[in-house]
Amino acid sequence: MSTEHPKIGVFICHCGSNIAGVIDIPKLVEYAATLPNVVVAEDYRYMCSDPGQDLIKERAREKGLNRVVVAACSPTLHEPTFRRVLENIGLNPFFFDMSNIREHCSWVHTHEEEAALEKAKDLVKMAVARAAELKPLEQKQVDVKASVLVVGAGITGIQAALDIADAGYKVYLVEKEPSIGGHMAQLDKTFPTLDCSSCILTPKMSLVGQHPNIELLTYSEVREVDGYVGNFKVKVERKPRYVIEDKCTACADCLEVCPVNVPDEFNAGLGWRKAIYISFAQAVPNAYVIDTEHCLGMTPIACGKCKDACEAEAIDYEMKPEILELDVGAIIVATGFELFDAMQQLEYGYGKYPDVMTNLEMERMLSAAGPTEGKILRPSTMKKPKHIAYIQCVGSRNERYNAYCSRVCCMAALKQARQIREKYPEINVTIFYIDMRAFGKGYEEFYETTAREHAVTFVRGRVSEVRESFETDKIVIRAEDTFLGQPVEAEVDIVVLSCGIEAPKDLSEFARILGLQRSADGFLLEAHPKLRPVETNTDGIFIAGAVQGPKDIPDSVAQAKGAAASALAMVAAGQVKVQPYAAIVNEDLCAGCGICEASCPYGAVKVVDNLAQVTEAQCKGCGTCAAACPNQAIAPQHFTMEQIIAQLDALFQEAK
Amino acid sequence: MTNKNWEPKIVCFACRWCSYAGADMAGTSRIQYPANARVIRVNCSGRVDPQFILRALKLKADGVLIAGCHFGDCHYISGNYQTSRRVALLKEYLKEIGLEPERLRLEWISAAEGHKFAETMKAFVNEIKLLGPNPLANGGPEK
Repeated sequence: MSTEHPKIGVFICHCGSNIAGVIDIPKLVEYAATLPNVVVAEDYRYMCSDPGQDLIKERAREKGLNRVVVAACSPTLHEPTFRRVLENIGLNPFFFDMSNIREHCSWVHTHEEEAALEKAKDLVKMAVARAAELKPLEQKQVDVKASVLVVGAGITGIQAALDIADAGYKVYLVEKEPSIGGHMAQLDKTFPTLDCSSCILTPKMSLVGQHPNIELLTYSEVREVDGYVGNFKVKVERKPRYVIEDKCTACADCLEVCPVNVPDEFNAGLGWRKAIYISFAQAVPNAYVIDTEHCLGMTPIACGKCKDACEAEAIDYEMKPEILELDVGAIIVATGFELFDAMQQLEYGYGKYPDVMTNLEMERMLSAAGPTEGKILRPSTMKKPKHIAYIQCVGSRNERYNAYCSRVCCMAALKQARQIREKYPEINVTIFYIDMRAFGKGYEEFYETTAREHAVTFVRGRVSEVRESFETDKIVIRAEDTFLGQPVEAEVDIVVLSCGIEAPKDLSEFARILGLQRSADGFLLEAHPKLRPVETNTDGIFIAGAVQGPKDIPDSVAQAKGAAASALAMVAAGQVKVQPYAAIVNEDLCAGCGICEASCPYGAVKVVDNLAQVTEAQCKGCGTCAAACPNQAIAPQHFTMEQIIAQLDALFQEAK
Repeated sequence: MTNKNWEPKIVCFACRWCSYAGADMAGTSRIQYPANARVIRVNCSGRVDPQFILRALKLKADGVLIAGCHFGDCHYISGNYQTSRRVALLKEYLKEIGLEPERLRLEWISAAEGHKFAETMKAFVNEIKLLGPNPLANGGPEK
């Protein structure tokens, strides 16, 4: 087939008015028809739709096309769609090329119609020239390992792991903290239903702990990811807990003897824990852990009291970090978020005034299992407050920190305000906001009820200053009420900062390990913002929950289920097609110099008997070897010298 | 010497993971930039053979832009490091043969940096406009 004379069909998409509104389509079609090897050039309103695809199929049959060029959107979006069209009519799917005349042309040169048309002509001309040089490639099927790695065991990771495990596949669930549960475990109640967070989360946690298909690796972190779709090799480090999970009975005898007190992270620093501790009572696994940073020393000389106290003999001071190697078919990343650090926004006085606290600290205070057993106390006096103010958008919707909206803080503040008012009708609550965003199912109704029936006061305006009162022991808040158009001042007892959601600080490093991209806001980038929200640009790696962007629990769970379904579809199929881009060596040209071997990032090229040899399974087709080879003796398939030169030559053929 | 209506013609090699996607992002964000460049998609900026660059300049391209992932972000671990070394050497070579090294530009543009892609295009087009057309278009570099 490759030796056949190229017969190219060019199909130009209007994309409604997205392309046709800028580029003169009839002129582009007319031009395309004059290009070498082009047998037919046609346009259609939506080339990716069924009728559009049928048009390509019909013309291909009528005119005996053996190459197809579609000028439309980005190949990232629809290259797979059109390759399938070619497959359907018995053409090799790699006899296809795409001109990106939307993202790279009509959308970015909207007001320069002539220049846009000239550019579109060039892009089509280059694609046609490349198409003539394309070779048929065979997409190899590789077996998919029947197991999935889920990283992060908050509600998102838990849900994804359960769905996959319930379908009968092995799941490795990796969590860096000593217990699963994530942020949801710290919440008292959830909006808009006001149901107890633990009551809906902990049953799922114990299911994870007991599921025969889930191997739970807590206090563990992913260190290395190698391989490719269907066959990832993952190295996970299990940090030493110094407590044997299976032996620990969580009896708390060790707590009584441990002499060290450490601020308790689970209670947002409002309470104390020991150096040997369990994050919270319902932790899974229900086993203690020794925090070596604060432990006096795990020897009888320094301390060693916990080991003496442990009747179950669960404590092992000799435990070492352990590296586990896992083989998995797919990976789901659900590593969640971090709360914005309120210390950064100095004008709100967090860290300076004890009565300025974060929304998470208030959440822990509201929890019956929290440090105050559900009582609301003013930190400076430990007395009941009279007036509590919420400041919204702390660290969010602010160019200085994060420009985006964190999506959950409005509802979280409404929920806490409602809880406070229900419990203590004598405490006044005022919320200072920019916009109240109550967008989810049942949220607007919750907002209305909270405002009307629970008499929470709302002031629309960004707070400019928080300071201690000169006369009283209260906190003074200054803001502009943008409805009244005048400054307002309020004296309150507690200020709660609605801190926004941020990508975890170590996400950039983790993205690097996984080879994933991040969007401008720091969260992981999805393959398509609307149509492929849980896929990434790396086949076989999926994302879910707040690691993709701020999200509430319902949305996180929905994504978890989406990612689980996507991973399951791949694992259940048992086989997956890999891109056939591996480099091939022209033995006639190869001098065996070994420059390619030195340039390959994967060790996929080796010189044996003065000839370069490529291990196909290891080669990812990056082409670095090809650029390094002084003799053009090696090239990745589908990005050959001829193909790229053809594009260049076509582009400049009319240049003087 | 330079025609007032002259518009430089630029070739851009963009890696598919970061910079090509960054150009797509400029599109979906509708960020406008001059229509002088034509993008050739490659798997990695490390695929850009010096011969492609020299051929483009020989064919009278007024500028060549190579765009890849930021250091540490390369989808293929280290391809972009090799690109950066090649481009540095090639710029020296361009000087030797009498072409302005500024005609070759290397930028790191991530998939999220649609804005940077557009700004790079604007800046590069302006720079090339100041340099004028590729000297080869007028029969070779002046001595």
